[in-house]
Amino acid sequence: MAEEVQTAADVKGSVRNSILTKTLDPVGRHGLGVVNHLGAAAIFFLKAMGAVFSRRQLHRTVLQVYYIGAKTTAIVGLVALFTGMVLGLQLYYTLVKFGSVGVLGSAVALTLIRELGPVLTAIMITARAGSAMTAEIGIQRISEQIDALTTMRIDPLAYLITPRIAAAILSFPLLTAMFDMIGILGGYLTGVGLVGGDPGTYLYRVHTSVDLSDVTGGFVKSLVFAVIVSTICCYQGYFTHMREDSHGSKSVSLSTTSAVVQSCVFILISDYIVTSFLL
Amino acid sequence: MDAPLIEFKNVTKRFDTRTVLDDISLKIYRGDVTTIIGKSGVGKSVLLKHIVGLIDADQGEVLLHGRPLSRLDRKEKDELMGGISYMFQNNALFDALTVYDNVAMPLQHTTRLGKQEIKAKVMERIEQTELAEVAHRYPSELSGGMKKRVALARALATDPEIVLFDEPTTGQDPIRRNAILSMIAEYQRRIGFTAVLISHDLPDVFFISNRVIAVYDGKVIFEGSPEEFDDFEHPFRYEFIHSLENLQEELTGLYSRRNFKARYQTELQGNAQSRTYAVVVFRLEAFDTIQEGLGHTAAQELIRSIGASISHYFTDVGGFSTRYGVDQYTSVLPYSNLGEARQLVAGFADHFERRSRTGLQKMVRAEFACADAVTISIAAGIAEGQADWDIESILNSADAAQDTILTFSATCKER
Repeated sequence: MAEEVQTAADVKGSVRNSILTKTLDPVGRHGLGVVNHLGAAAIFFLKAMGAVFSRRQLHRTVLQVYYIGAKTTAIVGLVALFTGMVLGLQLYYTLVKFGSVGVLGSAVALTLIRELGPVLTAIMITARAGSAMTAEIGIQRISEQIDALTTMRIDPLAYLITPRIAAAILSFPLLTAMFDMIGILGGYLTGVGLVGGDPGTYLYRVHTSVDLSDVTGGFVKSLVFAVIVSTICCYQGYFTHMREDSHGSKSVSLSTTSAVVQSCVFILISDYIVTSFLL
Repeated sequence: MDAPLIEFKNVTKRFDTRTVLDDISLKIYRGDVTTIIGKSGVGKSVLLKHIVGLIDADQGEVLLHGRPLSRLDRKEKDELMGGISYMFQNNALFDALTVYDNVAMPLQHTTRLGKQEIKAKVMERIEQTELAEVAHRYPSELSGGMKKRVALARALATDPEIVLFDEPTTGQDPIRRNAILSMIAEYQRRIGFTAVLISHDLPDVFFISNRVIAVYDGKVIFEGSPEEFDDFEHPFRYEFIHSLENLQEELTGLYSRRNFKARYQTELQGNAQSRTYAVVVFRLEAFDTIQEGLGHTAAQELIRSIGASISHYFTDVGGFSTRYGVDQYTSVLPYSNLGEARQLVAGFADHFERRSRTGLQKMVRAEFACADAVTISIAAGIAEGQADWDIESILNSADAAQDTILTFSATCKER
C-alpha cells in the first residue's frame, strides 16, 4: 500500500516536472539565445571598431555618411518640423489651462533636445538607412559576396561593417542637432504663428532654459542609439545565413524586419537607461 | 613525386547529422590541373571551401604547403592564402560594382600597385576574357556567360599561385563551356598556377586535366590521371559518368573516349578474323595562335565544326571518331586499308574546305577583330592497324606520320 502511495506521488511529481519543463524550457532556451546574440553582437561591434583606423577607411566612411546621414536629412527634417508643430499646438493648449503659456518655448525645446530629438531621429534613421543596411549586407551574404571578400583576403568586417558603424556614430548626433533645431522652429510656427503666442517670450524661454547639459545629454543618447542601431542592423544582415527559421531571400526579409524591430525596442530601452543615469 | 601543395588528411565534415565529407584524404600537386568530379550534393564545393578557410573541418587536417591550416595564426594564414583565388559557382560578383571594379577589387585591396598599374592589369584580363565592351556595365546587365567570364577575370587578376574553380562552366552553352575550359588551360600554362576544378563537363575537362579525383558518398573513390580513370570500374561510373558521356555524343556526334575504346574493342580487337584497318589522327595546327587571333569562343566554334565534319564524313564510310585532345581527333576506319584511308582523308579535306571555308571566313570577319590574317591548317596522320595491336601504339604511329592536308587564311577586320 505504502509502495502504491509512493508511486502515485512520483507520478504526480513527474507530471508537475514535465509541465514545468515544458513551460520553462522554451523560455530558458530563448533567454540563452538572446544572451548569446547580445554577446556575439558586442564582439561583432568591437571587432568592427578595431579596424576603424585601417587603410582606406576614411573614403568608405565618408561614402556611408552620405548614405546614412546626408540622404536621411530630408525625412528627418520633415518629421522634426511636424513633431515640433504638434508639440507647439498640444503644449500651448495644455499650458493655457494653467496660465503658463510663457514657458511654451522651454517645454518645446527641452522635450525635443532631451527626449524626442534623439529618439525620433534614431527611429527615422533605422527605418530609412538601418533597414537598407541589413538588406544590402544580407543580400551580399546570401550571394556569397562576403565569402568572396574573405577569399580575396579582404576583411569583410573592415570593408562592410566598420564604415557603416563609424558613419552612424558621426551622423546620428548631427541629424539629432538638425532635428532639434527644426523641431523648435516647428513649435514656433504653431505656438507663435498659428495660435498667437508671444514670439519674444518663446525665443527667450528657449534661450534661457536650455543648458549645455541638456544638449550633451541628447548627444550622448544619440551616440548610444548610433551604436545600437548600426550594430543591430549590420549584425542581422551579416549573419542572415545563420537564421534557423528561413533561407535565402526570405531570410533577408526576416532579418530586415528583425533589425528594425529590435533597433526600435533597444532604442526605447536604452533611452530609459541613459535618461535615468543622466537625470 | 613532389610534396603535395594541398593535402587533405582524414578530413570529416558534418552539417547537423549529415556527414558530407567522410574521412577524406587526397593530394593536389603543384602545377597540376586537378579535376574533382562527383554527383551534385556530395560535398565537392565543401571540399574546395576547406582550402580557402571558408569552412573548417570537424576532424582531420587540411595542409597547405605542408602546413596545417587549423594551427596557423591569422597573419600566417593570410600570407599562405595570399596566392589562392577562388571562382565561385554562382560567380559571387559584387553587384553594386562595375565589371572593371569587380576585376580590380583584389588588386586595389591586397596589393600596393598604383592606379595606372592596376588599370593596365585589369584591362589586360578584361580583354583576354573578351569583356572590353562591357567593362563599365554592372553584373545585372550581363548574360550568364559574361558573368562567368568576369568571375574568371577576377580570379586571375592577381596572378595567383593556386586557383580553385567551383563549376566554372555551369549554365554555359557547349561552345562557351569549352572556351572557358580552354581559357583556364591557356592561363594555367601561361601563369603556371595550380588549378583545382569542380566540373561536370566530361570528357572535355579531362583534356585539360592532369589528375582526376572522384568523390562518391562522401569519400574519395578515385585519384589518378584521366587515362587511368578510363579504366576505372565503379558503380559511380554507371550512375553519373555514363549519362554525361552519352550526352556528349548527342551534342557533338563524336564518341566519348571510353565509348570509342569500347567500340574499338568489340569491333576490331574482339574479331577472330585478323583484318587490317586504318586509324587517322587529325590535328588543328597552332591551336594556341588561332585562339589568340580569333578568341577562345571562335576557336571552340572551329574545333566543334571540325569535329562535327570528321564525325559525319567518316561515319558515312563505316568509321567512328572521337576527340582525343584539345586540338586532336581520331577516326578508325574498320573497312579501309592505308591506300583507301589516304583517299578518304584527301576527300575529307576537299569536302571540309568546300563546306566550311565560307562559313569560317564569315565567322572570323563578322565577330572578331585581329591585326593579321588567321591561318587555319589541319594535319592528318594515317597508320594501319591489326586486330591484336594496341590502339595507343597505332595512334602514336599515326601521330608521327602527320602531314598538313588543308590550309587557308581567314582575314579579319582591322583593329
